[in-house]
Amino acid sequence: MGAIYRREMGAFFTSGIGYVFLAVFALFSGLFFSMGVIGSGVSDMSPMFSSMFIIVLFLIPILTMRLLSEEKKNRTDQGLLTAPVSLSSIVLGKYFAALTLFIIAESIVFIYSVIIALCGDVIWSTLLGNYFAMLFLGAAFIAIGLFISSLTENQMAAAVISMFVLFILYLLDSLASSVPWDFLKKALLSLSFYSRYTEFTSGLFDFSSVLFFLSTAVLFNFFTVRVLDKKRWG
Amino acid sequence: MIEVKNLVKRYGDKQAVNDISFSVGKGEILGFLGPNGAGKSTTMNMLTGYISSTSGKILINNVDILEDPIKAKSNIGYLPEIPPLYVDMTVDGYLNFMFDLKKCKLSRKAHLKEICDLCKISHVRERIIKNLSKGYKQRVGLAQALINNPPVLILDEPTVGLDPNQIIEIRTLIKKLGKNHTVILSSHILPEIQAVCDRIIIINKGVIAADGTASEIAGKLTNEHKMTVRIEGATHTANDKNEIAEALKAIDGIKYVRADMEREKGIYDYDIETDEQTDVRRAINTICRENGWNILMMQLSDMTLEDIFLKITTSDAAAEAGNNEPTAKPLAGMEISFEKEKGKKSEKGGEK
Repeated sequence: MGAIYRREMGAFFTSGIGYVFLAVFALFSGLFFSMGVIGSGVSDMSPMFSSMFIIVLFLIPILTMRLLSEEKKNRTDQGLLTAPVSLSSIVLGKYFAALTLFIIAESIVFIYSVIIALCGDVIWSTLLGNYFAMLFLGAAFIAIGLFISSLTENQMAAAVISMFVLFILYLLDSLASSVPWDFLKKALLSLSFYSRYTEFTSGLFDFSSVLFFLSTAVLFNFFTVRVLDKKRWG
Repeated sequence: MIEVKNLVKRYGDKQAVNDISFSVGKGEILGFLGPNGAGKSTTMNMLTGYISSTSGKILINNVDILEDPIKAKSNIGYLPEIPPLYVDMTVDGYLNFMFDLKKCKLSRKAHLKEICDLCKISHVRERIIKNLSKGYKQRVGLAQALINNPPVLILDEPTVGLDPNQIIEIRTLIKKLGKNHTVILSSHILPEIQAVCDRIIIINKGVIAADGTASEIAGKLTNEHKMTVRIEGATHTANDKNEIAEALKAIDGIKYVRADMEREKGIYDYDIETDEQTDVRRAINTICRENGWNILMMQLSDMTLEDIFLKITTSDAAAEAGNNEPTAKPLAGMEISFEKEKGKKSEKGGEK
């Protein structure tokens, strides 16, 4: 797992995707920070975090698109799958590499907190609550993106499909409000990533939502392992 | 070292590999030979655990590849048809990655240096892989397979894309490796297999068509012995031709004589078929001495690997066409090597 993790981290930066990801993340978070937080004269960064949901939704597929699709296209998967490593360590090595890059990008908020500290008080409890909420959201989204990357050889297809799927998840709330049946409405709402995430940004740290995000991550990593395994039996 | 029992691979309705069984011992170099799409790569992919078999058993070093894949795979070095290279990495970065991936416990610096020297890529270690030529990429692929010194090497067409000098180098390398590794290599280049392998398995349409050394396989396919003699007659005219052919036919044990082309001015070659038991060389010599003819060449022509290959892989078509000539016209790409091989044969024949 360590070897794959290190190689993926290196590949993020040799391929340039890592730089693009960090730059776009910094650009939009900076924009939302200066407009929503500094501009409105508050010291709470929650508005920035809630606006970042949609940016994360579009950025994570960029991070995950090539992780497995490119291996298959370049036939480098033959090297991985015939090496003495388990499928789960291949998948997790890649998963944690992407997650690490996401954490690096997200940690830019600590620079913003320094800026706030210069002119006021940082509310650390809400900041950390938001920080971890975004981390868990990213953990779930990366697992979904990695899973979709395992389904295709084409990284553009992987990116577009991932964006589409994540966007559908974002729309679940509005979808829920338009369905007539109550049980379906409830089911859709309980699956809503957006409402669970915005709960955190409004200051509520809900452990059931943490569990929801983490189990999504575990479930999709498991699916990815199954996809790789199934291909061998095809 | 490697044991394969009743291996089957089906893709939907298509039977890619159909009930293959063989075993390879330690220090043996086995060649897989077969036309495109015969199931060579599929078999190799199953041996290395890249794809799984529909049914059947594969034991690598007595470990079942399905039961304990990690342990079985740690015994294998694999060079697939397309080397699994991360083209954005440097050669050094890539080899270090494979070193870590294979959880190699050997001394990193010394082991990688040894492998790079062996594959002659020491001077390109700092280069990015995508900028290397096909031949160098192939060598990096081979280097990758050698990491961790696996007892079994599986090489899928290892010399593709190399120039003739490099091909000879790689063949020498494989032969060297074969001394303490078990090697399986596939190829559709016949002289290559013949030059490197102790044993040959010919695969056709997913089944083993032949298994053994080149001469064993040839022996099974035919019980005739053929030879070609070039005899200089007394008069250097076409008259000689008939006279000599008649005289040869009279020799006991010779079943068939055909006067071949005029190879030198007024001198003809004679293709002779004999039965298995009789050695007719002395009798031919006696006749020539009695008549004052000169033997300029005598060549035993056993079936070459080309003959075997063509006979096995095209046997259906050949039978239909009523074409029993084993030395059917070789494929265009094989022509050069074919001639070379013929030359080698004649040397061997001379020694006999």
